[in-house]
Amino acid sequence: MKKTWSIILTISLVFVFALAGCSSSSSTGGDSGKKAGKEKPGKATLDIFSWWTGAGEEDGLKALIELFKEKHPDVKIENAAVAGGAGTNAKAVLASRMQGNDPPATFQVHGGAELNEGWVAAGKMETLDDLYVQEGWSDKFPKELIDLVSKDGHIYSVPVNIHRGNVLWYNKKIFAENNLEAPKTFDDFFKVADALKAKGITPLALGDKEPWTATHLFEDVLLGMLGADNYKKLWTGDIPFDDPKVKEAAETFKKMLSYVNDDHSSRNWQDASQLVGTGEAAMNVMGDWAKGYFSNDLKLKANEDFGWIATPGTDGLFMVITDTFGLPKGVKNPNDVKKWLSVLGSVEGQDKFNLLKGSIPARIDADKSKYDVYGQQTIEEFKTAGLTPSLAHGSAAAEGFLTKVNQAVNIFVTQQKVDQFVDSLKAASSELKK
Amino acid sequence: MEPVKASTPLEHHSKPSMMKETKRKRPLINDRVKAILCLLPSIILITIFVYGFIGWTGYVSFSNWNSLIPDFSFAGLKNYAYLFADFRFQADLRNTVFFTLFFIMAVLVAGLILAILLDQKIRAESLFRNIFFFPMALSFVVTGVVWQWVLNPSTGVNLILKEFGISPMWYTSVTIIPGIEWGKIEFGVPVAMIAVVIAAMWQMTGFSVAMYLAGLRGIPDELREAARIDGASEFKIFTKIIFPLLMPITVSVIIIMAHISLKIFDLIYAMTGPGANFVTDVPGVYMFETTFRGNYYANGAAITMIMLLSVAIFIIPYLISSRKGGS
Repeated sequence: MKKTWSIILTISLVFVFALAGCSSSSSTGGDSGKKAGKEKPGKATLDIFSWWTGAGEEDGLKALIELFKEKHPDVKIENAAVAGGAGTNAKAVLASRMQGNDPPATFQVHGGAELNEGWVAAGKMETLDDLYVQEGWSDKFPKELIDLVSKDGHIYSVPVNIHRGNVLWYNKKIFAENNLEAPKTFDDFFKVADALKAKGITPLALGDKEPWTATHLFEDVLLGMLGADNYKKLWTGDIPFDDPKVKEAAETFKKMLSYVNDDHSSRNWQDASQLVGTGEAAMNVMGDWAKGYFSNDLKLKANEDFGWIATPGTDGLFMVITDTFGLPKGVKNPNDVKKWLSVLGSVEGQDKFNLLKGSIPARIDADKSKYDVYGQQTIEEFKTAGLTPSLAHGSAAAEGFLTKVNQAVNIFVTQQKVDQFVDSLKAASSELKK
Repeated sequence: MEPVKASTPLEHHSKPSMMKETKRKRPLINDRVKAILCLLPSIILITIFVYGFIGWTGYVSFSNWNSLIPDFSFAGLKNYAYLFADFRFQADLRNTVFFTLFFIMAVLVAGLILAILLDQKIRAESLFRNIFFFPMALSFVVTGVVWQWVLNPSTGVNLILKEFGISPMWYTSVTIIPGIEWGKIEFGVPVAMIAVVIAAMWQMTGFSVAMYLAGLRGIPDELREAARIDGASEFKIFTKIIFPLLMPITVSVIIIMAHISLKIFDLIYAMTGPGANFVTDVPGVYMFETTFRGNYYANGAAITMIMLLSVAIFIIPYLISSRKGGS
C-alpha cells in the first residue's frame, strides 16, 4: 500500500514540477536574457532564420556564416533555417515566434509589402537608419531598392540578393531550327507561338500545381501591358483593378494560356522548366532561379542550350525579388544582429552568397567579373533598369491580397472568364493599403 | 468497435470481485482516490491543450483577426458568412462530400470482398492479410507522392493505358459531372477526386479488411449450418445472416473512415494540391493556406470550427450509442 502511494506521489510531483517549469521558464529565460543583454552582449545566440535549405542557397548561407565567424569569432551564431518550398513552413514558424514575443535574431523576408505591410506595420521591426549611415550604404544600393525596404522614410532591412522575375527562357535549338527569334512584344510572342504550335511543339510551358507560377506569369503580362508606372499605381490604388487596361491584360493572359501544356496543373515550376530544357516546350516564364535549375540540375549551357530575354513588353524593366534581413524588436542582442547585417551588406558578403545562390548582388559596386554570362548581363541591366515590385513574391502587396489573387488566378486558368476574374481582383484589392 | 462477444465473460468475471470490494469499503475509496489522482495529470493536460485550444479557436473564429496584427474585436458571424459565400469554400464542401461518400463506399465494398475471399480457408492467408494491410503502415504523404506519379497523365499508368487508346486526365481533369450551377460553383462529382479516392482507398482498405475478417471469424459456424439445413442458398445466408451480423463492424468502419476523410489534408497536399479550379481542394488545405500564407487567422479558425462540427455529426451519435451499448 505504501509503495503505490509513493508512486502516485512521485507522479504528481513530477507533473507539478513539469507544469511549474513550463510556466516559469519563459520568464526566467527572459530575465537571464535581459541580464546577459546588458552585461555581456556576446552571450546570446545569434539565430539566423531563413528558408534557405535548397542546393545553392544553403551553401551561400553557410559561406556567409563562415565569413561572419571569421570576423566576429566571439559571437555564437546558429543557422535556424526551416525547410519547405517558397518559405511556407518557415513563414508559419516565424509568425508564431513573432506573435509569441520570441523573435529570431534576424530573419529572411522579401523586400516590399511582405516586410512593410507585414512586420513593420505590425510594429515588430527596428529601423536601421543609423546602420545605413554608419556603413555609408545609401548610395551603394539603388534608390528604388532602398525604397522597397523603407516605410515612412525609415529603412527596415538589408537586401542581400536580387532575382529577376520577368525573364522569358527559351530553348535555343528549337528557335534556331524553326528560324524564330526570341519575342520582344506580345505580337511577336503570339506569332512565334503560332509557328511553334503548327510544328506540334508546345509553345509555352507552365507548371501551376502551386498557383503562384500562374500569378508570376500574370504579373509579367500586367507589367508588359501597363508599363512600369501604371503597374506601380495598381498597388497604391491609383488605378483600380477594373480598369480597361487590366481587363486587356487579362485577355492577353487568357490568350497565352491557350498555348500552354495540357498537364500544367500536375507540374511545378521545375517540371515546367524541364519541358523547355528537354525541348518538349519552347518557352517558359520564370524568375532567374530557373537559370540555376537549367545549368546545375539539367547541365545545360547558358546561351547555347537555353537563352533568355525580358518577357514581352518589359525590356528595360526589372521585376525585382529581393531577400532581405532585418532587426526584429525585442531581440536580446541587437548589436550582434547589426554586426551580422553589416557583413550581409558588405561587398565581400554579397559576393560570397550570390555566387553560390545564383542570384546577383543587391549592391551596385559588386565585382561583376566573378559572375557567369547571365549574371554579368543582369548586373549590368540592374544598374539602369527601372525596378518594379513583384506581386507573386510578396513585394508589391501584402500576403493577404496575394493569397486571394492566387485563388482568383487559379480559378481563371480553368474558367477563363475575364469579367469574373477582374471582379475578384477588385474585391480582393480592398485589402490593399492606400 | 468490438464485434466479438468475448467481452461478456470478462464482465462476468469482474463483477463478483467488485461485489467483494463493496463489502470492504475503505479500499474502494482508496482506489477511487488513487484512480482520480492517476487520471488527474492527463485530465488537466487534455483540458488545456485539447478543449482549451478548441475553445480558443472558436473564440478566434468570431474575431476580426485577419492580418499579422492580432485583433480580437468581436466580428459575429462575419468569417462564417464570408466562407459560405466564397467560391473556394463552396468547392471544398462539394469535394469533401463526394470524397467522403466515394471513399467510404470504396473502402467498405473492397474491404468486404477481400475479407470474404480471405475467409475461404485459402493457403498463405496470413501472407495476403499482410499484403493488404501493409499500405496502412505508410503515411498519407508517402501514398500521395507515389500516386501522384502513378496517376500523372503524362507518365505512370497512362503509359500502359495509351496502348489501349485511352489516356484519362486523372487528377488534372477539371470536369465536374453533371456540373449544375449552384451558388458560385458547379455542383457535381469532380472527376479529379476519383484519382484521390483511388489513392486513399489503396491505403485504407487494409483496415476494413482486417475489421471484416475479425467479424467474419466471430460469426459462429452453427448459424450458417442451421441456415443451410433449412435450405437457404449461400447468397441468402450472406444477405440475411452474415451481413446483418457484420453491421456493427460496418458502422465502426464508416465512423473511422468518415473522420479521416472529413479531416484529410496530408494526402491531398502531397498528391494534388488545391488543383486547377479547386477541384481537389479540401477545407484542411484551404485552412492551412489562408491562415499561414494569407494570415487570415479568423477565417482559418472558422474553417476548422466547421470541420470540427462536421466530424462531430458523425462522432457524437456514435459515442452516445456505444455508451448505451457498453452499460
